[in-house]
Amino acid sequence: MTHIILREKDVPNIRELDVYLANEGFDGLKKAVSMKPSEVIDEMKRSNLRGRGGAGFPTGIKWSFIPQSEPVKYVVVNADESETGTFKDRQIMENNPYQMIEGALICAYAIQATAVYIYLRGEFWDIAHDLDERIEAARAQNLVGDDILGSGYSCEVYTHLGAGAYICGEESALLNSLEGLLGQPRVRPPFPAQKGGGLYKEPTVVNNVETLANAPYILRVGGEKFAELGTQQSTGTKVICVSGHVNKPGNYELEMGKHTFRDLIFEMAGGIPDGKGIKAILPSGGSGPIVPATDEVLDTKLTYEDCQSIDTILGSASVMILDETVDITWAASKMTKFFKHESCGKCTPCREGTFWLDKVIDRILRGEGKRSDVELINNVAANMQGTTLCALGDFAANPILATIRHFPEDFYAHVDGDDEKAPVKAAGD
Amino acid sequence: MANPLADKYADRIQKHMSKYPDKRSAVMPLLYIAQEEYGWLSPDAIVQVAEICEMDPTQVKSIAGFYTMYRESPKGKYWLQVCTDLPCALKGADQFHHDLLAHLGIEEGGTTDDGMFTVEHVMCLAACDRAPMLQCNFGYVENLDMDKMKELLDKWRKEAEAYANAD
Repeated sequence: MTHIILREKDVPNIRELDVYLANEGFDGLKKAVSMKPSEVIDEMKRSNLRGRGGAGFPTGIKWSFIPQSEPVKYVVVNADESETGTFKDRQIMENNPYQMIEGALICAYAIQATAVYIYLRGEFWDIAHDLDERIEAARAQNLVGDDILGSGYSCEVYTHLGAGAYICGEESALLNSLEGLLGQPRVRPPFPAQKGGGLYKEPTVVNNVETLANAPYILRVGGEKFAELGTQQSTGTKVICVSGHVNKPGNYELEMGKHTFRDLIFEMAGGIPDGKGIKAILPSGGSGPIVPATDEVLDTKLTYEDCQSIDTILGSASVMILDETVDITWAASKMTKFFKHESCGKCTPCREGTFWLDKVIDRILRGEGKRSDVELINNVAANMQGTTLCALGDFAANPILATIRHFPEDFYAHVDGDDEKAPVKAAGD
Repeated sequence: MANPLADKYADRIQKHMSKYPDKRSAVMPLLYIAQEEYGWLSPDAIVQVAEICEMDPTQVKSIAGFYTMYRESPKGKYWLQVCTDLPCALKGADQFHHDLLAHLGIEEGGTTDDGMFTVEHVMCLAACDRAPMLQCNFGYVENLDMDKMKELLDKWRKEAEAYANAD
């Protein structure tokens, strides 16, 4: 397959502006500025592209929420990539940075934004400084800044570095962080697209790096042609990050619906090291429910809807592979420590819930837990679901509930000397 | 009140300020500048940044404390943040982190007596395909094992000594 996003695999040095320009670079933006802004949004709607940051919201529809009557509007590129196991945006920005910049400008033109801010996690320090230089190189070719490509449309592109906080990948926390406030989520409505809810209270589109990197291709070939790739509900390709127990970890860009988890793990990623068996898959980093590696799961196609049918999510497609030696209680503890550390502390159920989950799982791991502690985890996690301003509370709860639902024996193996024998019923069952 | 940061970094500060419609948004880039100047965010550095951004020092301090990349206390010359999150841990990062601490003879979060190395464990750094890995100050070092790490520690120590002798 020819890559749409990871184009450096087909075109070496596409990170350089001259190479990018010689390979259809900025043709999408040229096409866009020859159209009416509303036509660009229609093209995106026809593509049925869904947001690649995790939520999968239709991109064209998101852009269409922006009220055109407002004089000041913004595009914010979410390059805070912090989900455990996700490293695709980093590769895109390192190897095909102009495509993201072009995509952001297409979005900016479509909503007639006055500026683009690229919010990068602080650890992407070198990438941000590299992007600054590339933005200037693009400016020298009249692709950024005043009167872009002679269209009369002007837009600035800026980078902004975070400083190490997972929560800033949540769009309203990101906007607060960018405004110099604490990076904590906002109460919604108003939503970012609405007056009062976006950056500096102006209507704002917040899109993930990979989402925007699709826009140049969509404009170039047309939304309908793009939608021929993948399935009806999952159009296009998806960059899948594979990590953990595989021989060839890395990013694989696949047409959606064409490949299964089995293809991904055993063909592309080279299988499990040392001939070991596979125990479980985390399809969407730490925040998506774990699934046992049954034949049914392995034969599931990589699409939003197919992942839903096995009670998990495709999300940002950060696929972590756990081999047969992994104690799922330990993995649950790792995920819980992550969310405990990254909880911003604003909402009580998340702040307290992650603290107690961690405490109880640690107790179980130390062999000091009781059988009733497993039920206690379910209870605490269930009380975090749907009770917080942002999704972090749910993200912290869902994986734990799923680990117990699918691998109760891993938890019970630690709690010998049971104080009660009641069978555990996972919340939601 | 004298504000050495405002004087010394006037151009860079202005460049950041020009990106945003309000001064407050420049607080994060300015904290990085302060950290670069003083090595950490001392109470005096916080006050200076607050003054430039027209914020209350308490607000600036809370922002400095919210993120992991701002140094609220002095650190070693090489600040090593080892990722021990799940994908790295599946590749032996916990053992690597433990061995690194033992090799340097320090506890988690501690600094070597010569002030050279601080070691902390951190959450996912988006380099899961190259585990184990760590962030040394602002750069990534990937696909690590202890042999490779010991060579790097020696190299960094020599570099720091050469730098000190050159002064």
